[in-house]
Amino acid sequence: MSTAATASTLKGARLPKWSPYAIAAGSVALGLGISFAAGLESSIQWALIAGLLFVLGTYVIAARVEGRRQAKDRIATSLVWVAFLLAVVPLVSLVWSTVSRGLKVLDFYFLSHSMGLVADSEPGGGIYHAILGSLEQVALATVIAAPIGVLTAIYLVEYGRGRLAKAVTFFVDVMTGIPSIVAGLFILSIMLMFDMEPFGFAGSLALAILMMPVVVRSTEEMLKLVPNELREASLALGIPKWRTILKVVIPTSIGGITTGIMLAVARIAGETAPVLLLVWGNSLINANPFEGAQQSLPLYIYQQYANSAGAGAAYDRAWAASLTLIAFVMILNLVARGIARWKAPKTGR
Amino acid sequence: MDTTQITDAPPPTPQPTQAEQKRAARGATRPGDRIFLGLSRGSGILLLVIMAAIAVFLTYRASIAISKDEANFFTAFEWNTQLIPPKFGIAVLAFGTIVSSIIAMAIAVPIAVAIALFLTHYAPRRLSGPIAYVIDLLAAVPSIVYGLWGALILVPHMNGLYGWLNDYLGWTGIFSWQQGAPRSMLTVGILLAIMILPIITNVSREVFRQVPQMHEEAALALGATRWEVIRMAVLPFGRSGVISASMLGLGRALGETMAVATVLSPSFDIQASLLDPGGGTFAQNIASKFGEASELGRDALIASGLVLFVITLLVNGAARMIIARRKEYSGANA
Repeated sequence: MSTAATASTLKGARLPKWSPYAIAAGSVALGLGISFAAGLESSIQWALIAGLLFVLGTYVIAARVEGRRQAKDRIATSLVWVAFLLAVVPLVSLVWSTVSRGLKVLDFYFLSHSMGLVADSEPGGGIYHAILGSLEQVALATVIAAPIGVLTAIYLVEYGRGRLAKAVTFFVDVMTGIPSIVAGLFILSIMLMFDMEPFGFAGSLALAILMMPVVVRSTEEMLKLVPNELREASLALGIPKWRTILKVVIPTSIGGITTGIMLAVARIAGETAPVLLLVWGNSLINANPFEGAQQSLPLYIYQQYANSAGAGAAYDRAWAASLTLIAFVMILNLVARGIARWKAPKTGR
Repeated sequence: MDTTQITDAPPPTPQPTQAEQKRAARGATRPGDRIFLGLSRGSGILLLVIMAAIAVFLTYRASIAISKDEANFFTAFEWNTQLIPPKFGIAVLAFGTIVSSIIAMAIAVPIAVAIALFLTHYAPRRLSGPIAYVIDLLAAVPSIVYGLWGALILVPHMNGLYGWLNDYLGWTGIFSWQQGAPRSMLTVGILLAIMILPIITNVSREVFRQVPQMHEEAALALGATRWEVIRMAVLPFGRSGVISASMLGLGRALGETMAVATVLSPSFDIQASLLDPGGGTFAQNIASKFGEASELGRDALIASGLVLFVITLLVNGAARMIIARRKEYSGANA
């Protein structure tokens, strides 16, 4: 406003539209130049310098041409962009390094063999036992957690009134935040009481504890989306409430419920800490989750990293197992979101 | 398996006549209804029972360990469960957990808020959808993969930054560096920041999206720039949402196990410098000491886990309280 008063036109002077790009290119070039001149070899450093130059440059130039308020606006814009790029860099690096390093040893042999008779420092071996263990543990956890979670959500949405429902809601929320290792310690403390050796199902129980609140939350959201008219129409026909829920409410929201369960499965499939405490790890194939130590994919990654004392072959296997795990989790996520979109409840709007 | 267990629990038992009249007024309750209500209410109660059981069992094992502890459990600077008499304490772990979480929060919260603003107010429409989707996917990357990446990729990249910090800020003591491998609290904090970024971003984005459009348009109509709109309309509206999002992220950072266990090279002392390796966190200590722990050692680890449980419970409970309170008044002016 103050600039408008001094300038003869109503509109203050504006920088051309391409100016942010020009400043960005300039600061990256300058940042690289400074780093080379000063002999800094880390990419983190020149990126930081370039980011700093970009923000400062934008402010100075905009303040001279457009005035202080516009300059502040531009500095906010550039800061937001810098923050976004800052966050993208590690994430791209994570995906890139997992894919490029993981593909080195990932083949059919790797997926179909165990680590039996292969020392951690030697090349060879595979993750068959880990995949098998992971699938069994996660499947058992799902069988326990999904029905309990869905029923709890039904209680909260369809019946829940009063203090019990409030308490359940609050503790479901709090339960979402339980560190995975604490869930593991809980099952461990029970096992210590009965002098039990580690076995796969113990891991499943801990994973089920972590999974339940996630299922409750997502199912609850989905059930709330079901329009009340549907329930009322069914009840008006004299159909009992439980049949209304089973035949009208759940079929309407089944897509969302499935999505929620799959996302929860994806979350627990990557949990390492409880498995480390309860399933222990095993380099041999053990298909029985109810007896003896098992392996699991995330635990395999950790053990290849931690127990190998820097052997390259073990790191390669860890990356390949990471790639497998990420692929599994991502496919679950994508399929789940696909189902959500395909079977989205008709909200009647 | 659970079905039988839950139907065994008494369904709402028939009460004297008054209750029956009430029920008759509501319409006949069929046995199917009662079973179904019993099942679903039983599941809800089961969840509460599990939470209570976690607290009870952890406390029980912890009390066994603490009764045998010859040092002060809260202030001792050592973890020797094999010694006779055993001496262990959580001072170092509590310090490390808090320091690494503070670093993570200091880095992640501003960046996450900026990304949330970017997605809701700055990014071109066509970009913001896919980016939000990618951030959702990143929240699903398992922590062990972050840990592997942190240990093998991030740690070597930190050397340059550490040297730089040491050269220019080494005089503060906090940023001095003795050229050890950069497996220290700062690297852990940075990795945790990367890991909790998606959660904080997602929740903040939801809150910023709920800002009443009227507020923004009113600010724009008064001639505000985009930044002024955000400062005057968006941030005040979203403040409590951002706080609770940050606390959810904090809960994650406090309890993170594998990423810390892979990156940190632990020791049982408190370092003044964030750059020198050493220290530890509750979760990391449990994961790395568990393998060779004796029976008492395990109980001691459970005791430290109980402390972690209580801390995360408080943090998460507070976060949820803030969210719940905010729901009430956001409904009023939406």
